[in-house]
Amino acid sequence: MECSFGITGKDYVLLASDMSAGRSILQFKSDENKIKELGPHLAMAYGGEPGDTNNFADYIERNMRLYHIRHHHALLPHAASSWIRRSLADSIRSRRPYSVNLLLAGFDTTDDTPHLYWIDYLGTKAVVPYAAHGMGMHVSLSTMDKYWHPNQDRRDGVDVLKKAIAEAQHRLSIKFTFNAIIIDKDGIHTVDLAAEDPIGKIEAEKAAKAEAEAAAAAAAAAPPAAAPEASAPVAAAA
Amino acid sequence: MSIQEYNGGSVVAMVGKDCVAIACDLRLGNQATGIAMNFEKVFPVNDTLYYGLPGLATDVYTLREQLRFRVNMYRMKEEREITPETFTHLLSSTLYEKRFGPYFLEPVIAGIAPPTAANPNPQPYVSTLDSIGCITTPKDFAVAGTATDKLYGAAEGLWEPDLEPEDLFETISQTLLNAVDRDALSGWGAIVHVITKDKVITRTLRSRMD
Repeated sequence: MECSFGITGKDYVLLASDMSAGRSILQFKSDENKIKELGPHLAMAYGGEPGDTNNFADYIERNMRLYHIRHHHALLPHAASSWIRRSLADSIRSRRPYSVNLLLAGFDTTDDTPHLYWIDYLGTKAVVPYAAHGMGMHVSLSTMDKYWHPNQDRRDGVDVLKKAIAEAQHRLSIKFTFNAIIIDKDGIHTVDLAAEDPIGKIEAEKAAKAEAEAAAAAAAAAPPAAAPEASAPVAAAA
Repeated sequence: MSIQEYNGGSVVAMVGKDCVAIACDLRLGNQATGIAMNFEKVFPVNDTLYYGLPGLATDVYTLREQLRFRVNMYRMKEEREITPETFTHLLSSTLYEKRFGPYFLEPVIAGIAPPTAANPNPQPYVSTLDSIGCITTPKDFAVAGTATDKLYGAAEGLWEPDLEPEDLFETISQTLLNAVDRDALSGWGAIVHVITKDKVITRTLRSRMD
């Protein structure tokens, strides 16, 4: 039993997945991260047959990295979705297919648009504004139908996600814990669903990081300040 | 439930007077659950030739990519556009290659060949294939997908010979909408292409969203 959600908004895409790992009615683990970062602006939430899932996710991750190294830029979401779909479509007609379903989320930095793809183990691909896999498909799609609207901002997106998760926890007999990420023009950030204001927390972290970088840049610029004096006569002579 | 009905979806094509029309619904499902309402099943080959692929969605993508490759190779080798008749046989042999592990699709083809010296007055053309490439070329209309039985009923009642493009559009639209409204696995919007000798008219239809 597993459950994952994806939600797009004006300039971001959210991805959430449960963190349980187990067999049939037994839960072995409740802090398994089932969201894989595939690039600076690309990630997927995956589920399915244990074993297949991790192997397939690693295979995708390393191939995305290989493309990035060879071409000096990462595969854009649409191209990545086509390649992943083709991998699964070839696999389903092979001797031992991968049984992996996934939600692929990415942010296209060339035209600043969020992308979300619903992909199943057959190689079916749907381009969607919001989606669910696993048990979430049965209980929370209608919640997202009701509360999602186009071009909503980050906080509204997180609210819809929280409602979808609440519905899953309310209706399903298994207790899930969720982790989530948000992808925007700055890259991938962890969403702390337990926080009072997860978006505020991410923005504060971004601001602190920018400040630290500015301070580091200033510090790096300061020492060579003495150097121009030495080079000044040369410049003057030239 | 068969694998051909796993994702749902329907396609219909009709012959008119110097025109043909082809239309599909926009639903992509996972059995009874609706996943997407933007899943087109009809694709252009060139300005006068379209084909529809209702059936298993993974094979829709795979066969479409395969056909794009083969039509581009044909175009480069022959230095001309493929005709509807030739495309039908290309598709047929592509499907038969997978005779013992088929693509779970029932393609529908609609088009009018551009006039040539050998064939100065080409006729509107519609054909369907089964999942292993057996060709049927009806003179009136072709249907396929999960709403096949309903489409036959609606088309049989509404179609008449020598419809002008606008009348053909109305006929195919009513046929498709009324058929998919009776089918739980099809619907969620529709798109219609009317192909005439000098242009293609594409219109998106709104429909029941349940």
